[in-house]
Amino acid sequence: MKRTYQNQLHFEGRIWMLGALFLFISVPLTISIITGEWPSFRNFFPGFIATAVIFWPVTTIEVFTFTPMLGTGSSYLAFVTGNLTNLKVPAALNAQDALNVTKGTEEGDVIATIAVASSSIMTTLIIIIGAVLIIPLTPFLESEILKPAFDNIIPALFGALGIVYIMKRWQVAIIPLIFMIIFFLFVPGSGGLVGIMVPVGVAISLVSARFLYKKGKIR
Amino acid sequence: MAFLNSWWLYVIIGIVFVYVLLQSTVFLFKARKKARALGFTNQQINKTTTSSMIFSIAPSFAILIGLVALSKVFGPMIAGMRLGTLGAVTYELPAAINVISGVFNLQIGDVLTSEMIITALWVMTFGCIPPLLIIPLFFKKMNLGLDKIKKKDSTWNAVMMDALFLGMISAFVGYVLAPKVIEGETPYISILAILVLVSSAILIMIFGTLMKKFKWDWLKNYALPLSMISAMALAILFASLGVR
Repeated sequence: MKRTYQNQLHFEGRIWMLGALFLFISVPLTISIITGEWPSFRNFFPGFIATAVIFWPVTTIEVFTFTPMLGTGSSYLAFVTGNLTNLKVPAALNAQDALNVTKGTEEGDVIATIAVASSSIMTTLIIIIGAVLIIPLTPFLESEILKPAFDNIIPALFGALGIVYIMKRWQVAIIPLIFMIIFFLFVPGSGGLVGIMVPVGVAISLVSARFLYKKGKIR
Repeated sequence: MAFLNSWWLYVIIGIVFVYVLLQSTVFLFKARKKARALGFTNQQINKTTTSSMIFSIAPSFAILIGLVALSKVFGPMIAGMRLGTLGAVTYELPAAINVISGVFNLQIGDVLTSEMIITALWVMTFGCIPPLLIIPLFFKKMNLGLDKIKKKDSTWNAVMMDALFLGMISAFVGYVLAPKVIEGETPYISILAILVLVSSAILIMIFGTLMKKFKWDWLKNYALPLSMISAMALAILFASLGVR
C-alpha cells in the first residue's frame, strides 16, 4: 500500500535518525575497541548522572517545543544536526515568512525542510573546513577585534527575528516578554537558564494566546 | 593521546560527516521535489536554499569558536563532530567538565590521559541522546495529535504557531538582558548586547520599508541574514567606542 507523504516522511526519517544514533554511539565505541580504553563504571556513572540530570529533561522538552515549529521533515534532520535555536529554527522561520507560507501546513513543512537541509549542508561544510584548518583559523577566530561580533550573535539574530513577530502579535507577546525580562534581570545566574526558559516562554505564550483567542481579541 | 590524530579516527569522523551531509542532501532534494509539486516555483525554491545557506554562515563561524575551545581537549575532529551534530558548545563543554573536573578533579587545560578523554566522550554521547530516541518512537503520534488540533481550527493553528515562536523569542530577548557573569568581575548588564539587539530590530524594519517602497521582493529572503550580519558589524564598532 502506497504511503501518504507524511507517513513516508516518518518512515524515512526514523531510518535516518536511528542510523545517526548508531553512528554517534559507534564513535566512542570504536575508539574504545581500538585503544582498549573503556570507561570504568566508577568514572562514567557520576559524570553521566551530573550531565543527564540537566540535559535529559532539557533535550526532551526541546523535542516537544521545537518539533511543532519545525514540522515533520525538518525535525528528523534538525535533531541529528543540532544547533536548533541559533540556526535551524530561525532558518526555518525565516524561509517560511519570506514566502508567506502558513506554518504547520504541508507547504510550511516543505519550505522549512529546504531551509534546514540547506543550513545543515553549509554548517557541516564550514565545520569540516574549520576542523581541518583549525591551526591557521584559530588567530582569526580568537581575534579581539572580531570577538564582539561573535559574542553578540544571539542579540543580532533575535533582534531582527523578534521585532517582526512582536509587532505582528504584540498582544500575545506582552506577557511572556514582561515575564522573561523580569526573570532574567532579577534571578541570579539566569543567563545559564535560557535552555530551560525557552519552553517556559512557549507555555506562557500559548496560554496567553489561547486566552486572547477565546476572548476574540486576536485572529 | 596519539589516537586523536590517528588515520582511523579521521575515517570514523569522516563517515559521520558524510552521513550528515548525505541525509541533508537527500532531504533537500526530496523537499525541493515536493515543493514543486505543491506549486512553488524554481525561483522561490532556489532563493530559499541560497538564503538559508547565507544565513547559516555567521552562526557557523560562532560554532567554530566553540570548536577552538573543545579542540584543546578532544582534538579538532572529535570536537567538530560533536559540534556539527546533535548538541552545541553550551552542552558539550559542561558535559566534558562534569567528567574532567567532577570525576577526575582536573581542569580542562590540564594534561589529560586518554582514559579521561574517552570517558568524557562516552558521557557527552549519552548525555544528550533523548531526542534520537523520543523522535523515532513518539513523534508520529505527537504529530497526529497536533494535526487534529490544526484540522479542528485552522485560525487557531496560525495563532498557535506564532505563539510558539514568540515564546522562544521572549526567552532570548530576556536572556540578552541577563547580567553577564565574568570570573573576578561584578556582574553587569551588557549595553553592547542591548544595542546590538535594538540595531538588528531597526535594520530589519528599514529593510522592510525598502521592500515596500521600492518593491524589492528579492530582499525578503535576505533581510534577516543581512540585519544579523550588519548588527554584528555594529557590535565591533560599538565595542571600539568602549561600550560593553
